[in-house]
Amino acid sequence: MSSFLSLVARDLKLALREGGAIGTALGFYLVVVAMLPLGLGPDLNLLSRIAPGVLWVAMLLSALLSVDRIFHNDHEDGTLEQLALGEMPLELVAAAKSLAHWITTGIPLALVAPLLGLMLNMEASAYLPLVLTMLIGTPAVSFVGAIGAALTLGLRRGGLLVSLLVLPLYVPALIFGISAVSAATVAGPMSFRTPLLILAAISIVSVVLAPLAAAAALRNQLE
Amino acid sequence: MSTTFRLLVEGLDAERGGRRVLAGIGFRLEPGEGLLLTGPNGAGKTTLLRTLAGLIRPASGRILLQPVSSPGGAPTDDDAPVATLTHFIGHLNGLKASFTVRENLAFFAGYLAPAGDGDRARRAARIDAALERLNLSSLAEIPAGYLSAGQKRRLAIARLAAAARPLWLLDEPSVSLDEASRNILAGLVDQHLADGGIAIAATHLPLGMAITRELRLARPGQAVVGAARDASGDAPGGAS
Repeated sequence: MSSFLSLVARDLKLALREGGAIGTALGFYLVVVAMLPLGLGPDLNLLSRIAPGVLWVAMLLSALLSVDRIFHNDHEDGTLEQLALGEMPLELVAAAKSLAHWITTGIPLALVAPLLGLMLNMEASAYLPLVLTMLIGTPAVSFVGAIGAALTLGLRRGGLLVSLLVLPLYVPALIFGISAVSAATVAGPMSFRTPLLILAAISIVSVVLAPLAAAAALRNQLE
Repeated sequence: MSTTFRLLVEGLDAERGGRRVLAGIGFRLEPGEGLLLTGPNGAGKTTLLRTLAGLIRPASGRILLQPVSSPGGAPTDDDAPVATLTHFIGHLNGLKASFTVRENLAFFAGYLAPAGDGDRARRAARIDAALERLNLSSLAEIPAGYLSAGQKRRLAIARLAAAARPLWLLDEPSVSLDEASRNILAGLVDQHLADGGIAIAATHLPLGMAITRELRLARPGQAVVGAARDASGDAPGGAS
């Protein structure tokens, strides 16, 4: 357990020192969301209707920018070999690094979403559900993303391949995240609770199972 | 070191990219014994060390670390436990440029330390001693990115002293080290062996360590040339 925590703490400290990943993801998020109204025109009703979906999709794309870095640097400088020699199994190494990615990318992106919602004239009732679904859904983004990151280690243009591998796997989280937000804002037959619980289930399953797959991929990469 | 171990390697085969690199490697190292791996480029020295470290799955064969203090005790499994008792110094140093020398060492001193070695003060003392030993004390608060190649190598080697593990696998450990640093490394290895540890080093440079046995690996496809340098050791199988 102490190894797990020390690895998470090390990754957080690295992210703080090197800074680039968080800033790039937030900047990308801002730019994508800011460009959308320019492309669609100033139809406030249209913008407010599509705001939650736009924010979710843009959040996924921004998170993807740094997903392929989860293992990349440690693989390149030999740290991964040393991590593999610890008493902690590689599954937990993968989990610790995914958790650190969630803390440094998922949480900031979810927290900045309401600010960007202002630019899209998002309905007031959607803010809280949006942040809540993002906080619950982003662990799946980081942990499933780690599988793609581990599979493409050592490839020259791995980042692009990660997107192709991982984006389809984000579809369930996207669908239930958005349906939770729209259930909260639009009066309809579905309750807010149901899609939210399914989203939570997706995240929990990802947190438990994705490190197994990522560790298997890492073992292959180390050979 | 409380428990000492015997390393047993039997019929080890390994493949790289579908090509057999190691065939029928077998040797046995008692506590306090060192083994020097020699052979031309491509003979499989790195492959053997990485296989022993558990980074490469062997195609067949067994690697066992048996506790010697209890000869009748159950031998360890062939997979994870060997890796968790092993220090591996490979071609890459595993350092973070933005961490200071001390931070780099402290993380691995904690991460690679045996379970139950959780005493903070003792670990800090070990880190200080390791830095001192490798002449890195004056550089302790400098980010590792500013170090020279030789200093980075010394910092990687400091891991050996900062966390106690019985099996040392050293792949060209003296690359970019000057003569004084090579002597420090040799002294570390000698002390490790004297404490009942095991060390296997692959190197082209003479290290002057107290390593008495040698395993010569031939290029795959060549005749067996592997032989123990001293007659008392069991004959190690060479690559065939």
